[in-house]
Amino acid sequence: MAESIPLEINGKKYAVNYAPDTPLLYVLRDELGLTGSKYGCGEGMCGACTVLLAGVARRSCQIAVNAVAGRPILTIEGLDKDGELHPVQQAFLDAGAFQCAYCTSGMIMSTVSLLQANPHPTPEQIVQGLQGNICRCGAHPRIIEAVQKAAGSVKGRAQ
Amino acid sequence: MKGELETFVLEPERFEFRALPMHQFALGRRDFFKVFGAGLAIFAVVKEASAAQETAPGPQGFHNEELPKQIGAWLHIGEDGTVTGFVGKAEIGQNVRTSLAQTIADELGVAFENVRMVLADTAVTPFDAGTFGSRSTPTMTPQLRKVASAARDLLVEKAAKQWNAQAEKLVAGNGKVTDPASGKSLRYAELAREDVAQQKPPAEDPVKPASAWTIAGQPLPKVDGREFVTGRHRYSTDLRPDGLLHGKVLRPPSFGATLVAYDDSAVKGMTDVVLVRDGDFVGAAATTVAGAEAALAKLQVKWKELPQISDREIFPYLKNNAEPSKEERFRKMKGSLAEGMAAAAKRLEASYTVAYIAHAPLEPRAAVAQWIDGKFTVWMGTQRPFAVRDDLAAIFHVPAENVRVIVPDTGAAYGGKHTSDAGLEAARLARAAGGRPVKLVWTREEEFTWAYFRPAGLIEVKGGIAADGKLTAWEFHNYHSGMSAIDTPYAVANVLTEYHQVPLVLRSGSYRGLAATANHFARETHMDSLARTAGLDPLAFRLANLSDVRMRAVLLAAANAFGWPRQKMEENQGFGVAAGCEKGSYVATFAEISVEAKTRAIRVNRLVEAFECGAIVNPDGLRNQVVGAMIQGLGGALFESIHFENGRISNARFSSYRVPRFRDVPKIEAILLDRKDIPSAGAGETPIMAVAPAIGNAYFDATKVRLTSLPLQSQSG
Repeated sequence: MAESIPLEINGKKYAVNYAPDTPLLYVLRDELGLTGSKYGCGEGMCGACTVLLAGVARRSCQIAVNAVAGRPILTIEGLDKDGELHPVQQAFLDAGAFQCAYCTSGMIMSTVSLLQANPHPTPEQIVQGLQGNICRCGAHPRIIEAVQKAAGSVKGRAQ
Repeated sequence: MKGELETFVLEPERFEFRALPMHQFALGRRDFFKVFGAGLAIFAVVKEASAAQETAPGPQGFHNEELPKQIGAWLHIGEDGTVTGFVGKAEIGQNVRTSLAQTIADELGVAFENVRMVLADTAVTPFDAGTFGSRSTPTMTPQLRKVASAARDLLVEKAAKQWNAQAEKLVAGNGKVTDPASGKSLRYAELAREDVAQQKPPAEDPVKPASAWTIAGQPLPKVDGREFVTGRHRYSTDLRPDGLLHGKVLRPPSFGATLVAYDDSAVKGMTDVVLVRDGDFVGAAATTVAGAEAALAKLQVKWKELPQISDREIFPYLKNNAEPSKEERFRKMKGSLAEGMAAAAKRLEASYTVAYIAHAPLEPRAAVAQWIDGKFTVWMGTQRPFAVRDDLAAIFHVPAENVRVIVPDTGAAYGGKHTSDAGLEAARLARAAGGRPVKLVWTREEEFTWAYFRPAGLIEVKGGIAADGKLTAWEFHNYHSGMSAIDTPYAVANVLTEYHQVPLVLRSGSYRGLAATANHFARETHMDSLARTAGLDPLAFRLANLSDVRMRAVLLAAANAFGWPRQKMEENQGFGVAAGCEKGSYVATFAEISVEAKTRAIRVNRLVEAFECGAIVNPDGLRNQVVGAMIQGLGGALFESIHFENGRISNARFSSYRVPRFRDVPKIEAILLDRKDIPSAGAGETPIMAVAPAIGNAYFDATKVRLTSLPLQSQSG
């Protein structure tokens, strides 16, 4: 039943042999070793597995791998370039916006998606944008601070 | 400060609430120099440094182990000047990897960047009973200071000998020993190269007082933050050793179900599956998770289930099934309750209940186990690696030295990762996998169902106050939930406090703060009721009955920041206060809420909390812990509750078990009081305790309705 499925992840092309309805998350983690995307619930409720599909945040535990064949996928591993952190990663680091940090990859990917769609979100829009991501350690205020910092630096970079 | 350590014996009901093992299987150091480079450790014995003796309950009862006295067991100085600290504590998000490195750097006199920590690896770190009870800071900080101080003094002695100088005139710091007179200096790495085994540390070996700290006490960021923001940190769930198999366990349909029929003939032909049945344990391992699941799905099994009580019946059950107090420590009396009640101008009696809740750490329980040549290696997110080692050794009949448990920095625990379950299951599968490593990651449903819970509790309180507002009598009975913070911190002459044990209904164990949250909820709600009954201001009433200066200090600091007393600006607004102390730290929380008129839904708009835990080791990490505990506390206060019926959990998903999300988070202020004159206490638990009663008391202020059950929303809506 397995067929070769072409994937484009972080600008790199792969072909994987997997049952077509396998959630993308398991292919990323178990087959490709891209373990930065986390399993947290398997029902799209926690956001720990968030990746960008054609630039938009999606729960990779909820997408069948064959549904993303050939479409550009960005995971946390593809965010920093040549050792330089993405502004959102840098903002999370500067704000110390984590404790156990298991939710951090998903938070960062959701934030990137949010800021790409809305470079200057209001606090309410940040809450709305991250409402689907669970942080059990309670780093929420720092995460909001990080998003606000990143919004500033994304703007700064564009100028 | 001599840096000696108190002898510490855990009271299990106060520091631990122990979950029993889940499976009954029928089946039956010190080589780190190879890894870290030879010849650079200091082999001296540190005096008085190993008095710390933690004990913890395990399957064989209480476990004791001598802590090593050699400096080299705790500290290693590398050729390049890198200092490595070895501690058995686990990093679970509470930031010990950073705070312990700060402590070593501060005392030894090296740059913070040059210190790294090896944590929670039974093969290379000293024994540790577990990362719990807010014990990491109060035990490991003085231990590492003592060791680092002795090492520093030895290096100074060594330099003094070499230069023929007086040791007292030399200066140690910045990774080297310097002679200010001659300007000569030697790096620690050069000095440690020499054999200093014969050196004895000085008899008097004071460690730095907090007022002289330079690196400790600073808000340094998490040491390996970059690994986390790039997704490169490897949690247990992320490990992929060569030849990895994925494991899956066949779970019974309900708690306590036993396997009465088992037919694996449909799986027999599958050569790529490792199948294990051992008693009621059934599991499979295959090259993919789907492969293991497919094999289990082919089994023909029958379970015998037991009728069990449901959440609707739990509180009467707890009351009716309490065991008589067998031990003195469960029942404490002072003065005469009858006299105290007779002297009271106002008396008040109430019952409080607290629901079962789940830890729900975002990284579920998981382990990777490998069995080679009669030896196990297990990587696992656990708070008790040495207990996991001992469990594995006992269950698989191997010597403890043939079991190595390594804890990768873990996706949180909150008291929930004390048991060995995932490690034992992965090891049981690995035992049959012919040397291939087996990874087992619990699903969220398994995590919510088969882990253990913060126990439910029923608490009955009677209180009396005199006409002048002074407490005259206090009677407090906790059924089942636990003894943490059961004693009132308020001054009262006539007291009865009793903890009533009840046989477990659901598998229960430690949870951040243990029963301190339940006991504070009952006590601080009752105190609020007494104040309101007497027409007194809730803060003034507390202060009038409080002589503990540290608790007064947090109350006053938080009240000042909150602006107590406050005038209502709108109809359904309310303000509440609660305070307490436990495990050597103090907390006061003020809440501002609004109550939605129709639905009675509680909206927490602002929380102000003051916290004091002695000398602060890392104010940034501490603030993160305090704010995090406040937010986590919102869940148990407002809406978290495990629903169960007939041995099944009916809300074992994040879609049905609500945890705090961004929209639930109010404006939060944390005020940290730094008491440099008091030894540092732990801070992971106490900041959660006063959140629920502060909100409940604010609800009364808003509505004149008293809530007596956690979660509050279950009673208000």
